[in-house]
Amino acid sequence: MMSNHGARITQGQFSYLPDLTDVQIKAQIAYALDQGWAVSVEYTDDPHPRNTYWELYGNPMFDLKDPAGILTEINACRKTFPNHYIRVMAFDATKGWESPRMSYIVNRPKDEPGFVVERIERDGRSQGYTIRSYATMKPEGKRYP
Amino acid sequence: MSSETVATVDLRAEFAASGVAEVLDELDRALIGLAPVKKRVREMAALLLVERARKSMGLTQAAPTLHMSFTGNPGTGKTTVALKMANLLHKLGYVRKGHLVTVTRDDLVGQYVGHTAPKTKEVLKRAMGGVLFIDEAYYLYRPENERDYGQEAIEILLQVMENQREDLVVILAGYADRMDTFFSSNPGFRSRIAHHIDFPDFSDDELFQIAGFMLEEQNYKLSAAGADALRDYVTQRRAQPHFANARSIRNAIDRARLRQANRLFEAAAGPLDAAALSTLDSEDFRASRVFSGGLASDKKRADP
Repeated sequence: MMSNHGARITQGQFSYLPDLTDVQIKAQIAYALDQGWAVSVEYTDDPHPRNTYWELYGNPMFDLKDPAGILTEINACRKTFPNHYIRVMAFDATKGWESPRMSYIVNRPKDEPGFVVERIERDGRSQGYTIRSYATMKPEGKRYP
Repeated sequence: MSSETVATVDLRAEFAASGVAEVLDELDRALIGLAPVKKRVREMAALLLVERARKSMGLTQAAPTLHMSFTGNPGTGKTTVALKMANLLHKLGYVRKGHLVTVTRDDLVGQYVGHTAPKTKEVLKRAMGGVLFIDEAYYLYRPENERDYGQEAIEILLQVMENQREDLVVILAGYADRMDTFFSSNPGFRSRIAHHIDFPDFSDDELFQIAGFMLEEQNYKLSAAGADALRDYVTQRRAQPHFANARSIRNAIDRARLRQANRLFEAAAGPLDAAALSTLDSEDFRASRVFSGGLASDKKRADP
């Protein structure tokens, strides 16, 4: 029995909702910019939840006032990596925070195969568990055809 | 026809509600002279208001071309008007944020292959939702060097000016004659710019008024002799090289303040009152090199 039919990965904000439209993405970016956070676009083809550091697309974007510039960059990234995961991240540089405040996926591969649970036999017959994406069985760049 | 369209529109009410009147009044009050510029800005405001009303009735769909070119000598108020223009466009809803990003060639053109595109794009992204003001735009195009990276910046600019008209407004500024050459060698720009505004030089009288305005802002006064000296200064300075209208006046006032401070410091024996501290006298202006024929280096160039 499958428990997650679409096998959609659920990382970051809004990941249980249907994919955001461009208008919704823009509204979220506008919120982040109003808070004074620096927004960047990142992509990866390794969806493991512990893969925190995705590749940065283009240069970091500071001092932007309007979401249109970031949407341009998202669309450029979608064009370059149509079948990768792409997320938008908003970084808060205020002292005490100095960390991402928002992160949400704006592009996914057409086909997400999901994860396999692997069991490892350890000393004294104890079991270790880990998960692994079916996609990452293939080398980087060939994971989402 | 969509359900949002309206049957009639009251332009007066729209005008009052948009807050454009305040911007135009401010333009009138804050800027001395520049009558043709103010007239053009008023005309544009009217056009944009009507255009907006037409849009609300569903008579027009496309975003109008708003890119402009400001031509005129240095110090004639191009940047100041651009700032007001950004505010105006924001009030009318043609740009979303209404900030002004001022750049020159250095901010757009890179130093090596592959450096220009990211640099130009970064500036464009920063300007989105507002107005991009390119000062001395003709420096972007250097025909004498065919491998100049300026061309690349121009191409990216043109593309964005055409495809993302609703996201940003570009204002090109510079000297009139050099802008003409620039436009004739880059026909792409000419056709994408809808509004050309020419900034005339200030008259001596206007410059004197501007000086009064600047002094008032900084809480300084002119003595009667000081006012005469300043009038003479304006007349003589105009004839000398590198005259930059209002900017020259600002510099002259700054230097006069310096001399006044020095004079007070050297001469004053007893306590000084507020009047003494805020009065610029004739000698503060008369000591300027302008009255002895300008900079030594410029004089040498004139008669070798």
